[in-house]
Amino acid sequence: MSILLDRNSRVIVQGITGRIARFHTKEMIEYGTSVVGGVVPGKGGETVEGLPVFDTVKQAVAATDADTSLVFVPPPFAADGIMEAADGGIRYCVCITDGIPAQDMIRVKRYMWRYPKERRMVLTGPNCAGTISPGKALLGIMPGHIYLPGHVGIIGRSGTLGYEAAAQLKQLGIGVSTSVGIGGDPINGSSFRDILELFEADEDTHLIAMIGEIGGPQEAEAAAYIRDHMTKPVVAYVAGLTAPKGRTMGHAGAIISAFGESASEKVEILSAAGVTVAENPAVIGEAIARVMSKERAA
Amino acid sequence: MDIHEYQAKEILSGFGVEVAPGALAYSPEQAAYRARELGGEKWVVKAQVHAGGRGRAGGVKVCDSDTDIHQACEGMFGAKLVTHQTGPEGKGIYRVYVEAGVEIEREIYLGFVLDRSTQRVMIVASAEGGMEIEEISAQRPESIVRATVEPAVGLRDFQAREIAFALRMDAGLVQSMVRTLQGCYRAFTELDATMVEINPLVVTADRRILALDAKMSFDDNALFRHPQVSELRDKSQEDLRESRAADRGLSYVGLEGNIGCIVNGAGLAMATMDTIMLAGGSPANFLDIGGGASPERVAKAFRLVLSDKNVQAVLVNIFAGINRCDWVAEGVVQALQELQVDIPVVVRLAGTNVEEGQRILAKSGLPVIRATSLMEAAERVVGAWQNDQAQAIKVRAAQ
Repeated sequence: MSILLDRNSRVIVQGITGRIARFHTKEMIEYGTSVVGGVVPGKGGETVEGLPVFDTVKQAVAATDADTSLVFVPPPFAADGIMEAADGGIRYCVCITDGIPAQDMIRVKRYMWRYPKERRMVLTGPNCAGTISPGKALLGIMPGHIYLPGHVGIIGRSGTLGYEAAAQLKQLGIGVSTSVGIGGDPINGSSFRDILELFEADEDTHLIAMIGEIGGPQEAEAAAYIRDHMTKPVVAYVAGLTAPKGRTMGHAGAIISAFGESASEKVEILSAAGVTVAENPAVIGEAIARVMSKERAA
Repeated sequence: MDIHEYQAKEILSGFGVEVAPGALAYSPEQAAYRARELGGEKWVVKAQVHAGGRGRAGGVKVCDSDTDIHQACEGMFGAKLVTHQTGPEGKGIYRVYVEAGVEIEREIYLGFVLDRSTQRVMIVASAEGGMEIEEISAQRPESIVRATVEPAVGLRDFQAREIAFALRMDAGLVQSMVRTLQGCYRAFTELDATMVEINPLVVTADRRILALDAKMSFDDNALFRHPQVSELRDKSQEDLRESRAADRGLSYVGLEGNIGCIVNGAGLAMATMDTIMLAGGSPANFLDIGGGASPERVAKAFRLVLSDKNVQAVLVNIFAGINRCDWVAEGVVQALQELQVDIPVVVRLAGTNVEEGQRILAKSGLPVIRATSLMEAAERVVGAWQNDQAQAIKVRAAQ
């Protein structure tokens, strides 16, 4: 098992005719992902990497039975593309696009709530590296070879820092069940908490690594969830202990985010919730290995 | 992107928010002329800088004569205003706003922000406006009124009324408070703002609700659809290196240390800074070269980092996914050949096309120090820097 993505996922790529999308579509197919088509309005009937291109998501789903989508659509149109996926019957959508206006994402989130929970699409991203279930399928832009299959679930806001963690794990011979990039935007599809819930329910995941950074309330919310609901061990790292405080112009942001936004506060909150916090990014792998051997001994 | 008070007021008044009459001036003479045009006997001269806390820093002066205005302006034009939001270097004053004085009955704080928790627009208000809003929220959080707006239907009048009554406004003022709140909300959503703040919003002696100050920030990702907002950008208020970096697709923040960093991804960039600190060094900057960086962009990043004269060693840390190590390596070689760098450069490459990247570095024959892991990279760059410093001291001693 794994979460969100496996060998049976049937993937379409929205915006498949772009240069970067083409390159990564090829990489995903080589990795073994079952990519079944693409969607670009006005380019229906063309083929990319031998895959059929459709004008709309609904047409693509009808013709290919796709249930998963990867969005490479440019920022001005990306929110619309995500909503089209949600309405077209896609169950899991990853949006790679960086630079989507925040208010577009507010609308996307609101739009997704129109659907009852059992029919509601899961969105991760935007502005993320994607999701990989090593040995099964890759949905995104990460280098597949740095992940070994295994039992650690990874959730990260930063793409490249997620690679760093996976590479350290591989060095130690530790594998990953699924790695999910939730992205760095202020308004994103899924939070740490949402993905923690999925990993908690996944038999194949024995430990979760959570890679956070300064800013936003998500790590503190995750800490409360871990304390109250998680039985599996969680190891975390929070980037930005040495980052300077952001220079903001007004006061309103400071008022609503009173506590829990700086890296050191996040470390404090997570530790208090029973999370093992790696003190620096070079020892994320070691911290995970330590917790795993302790679990095994217990 | 931030804008000036006078620009925010112009925008908000277009959305039905009432502001005091005022005008912009670029010189003391112009300021005095503007005051005569406005009429009345009392004016407020306000330094236009992108920062809050101007009042306490001496950037707001109440004047009642020509001489007064001249004096106030002399102290402002060309000076740097240092407030708790500008950092020690301050922000230059090149424009002032002259506003007709009003008689104030009470002051209110009003803010609109993107709330990451509810993922909606949140309204924050307090009956105790003025300068100490952060302190009020820390000491008496219950005095702060909050409301979130359901994006599908927008701000409803009943919510606006609830806020007005919670601020203990009397019935006669509620309608104009609703108009003010609706105007701010429409400006926020229609122009893709990330913040609208009016502090203070005042009730005047003649029973009007006026915005006496206004701040707005905008979502950089949405500027493509608001050219009229992009035009308001004032580069004199931005850090020169940061805005130059932004124009080149790089995200840069200058810091106090001496080890320059060139990294891909904001998270990894912060983690790299943390690791340099741990290894005993001090980072000179945060720099994210972004995804899909060409050799040219990497070379530009090098030039940018080296333009900081405090930089005494450079660490390049790239974990390529959407990037390519070979392109990064080419950029490093290009920059080093052209810039004649005489300080230690450590390069750590990992991910997509890493072998090709290493080959390009090796073939160049340049004195690049290579590292494979993050920790090793940080230790090498700090070690090389310390070594350099020790040698420099020796050379100086020998002389």
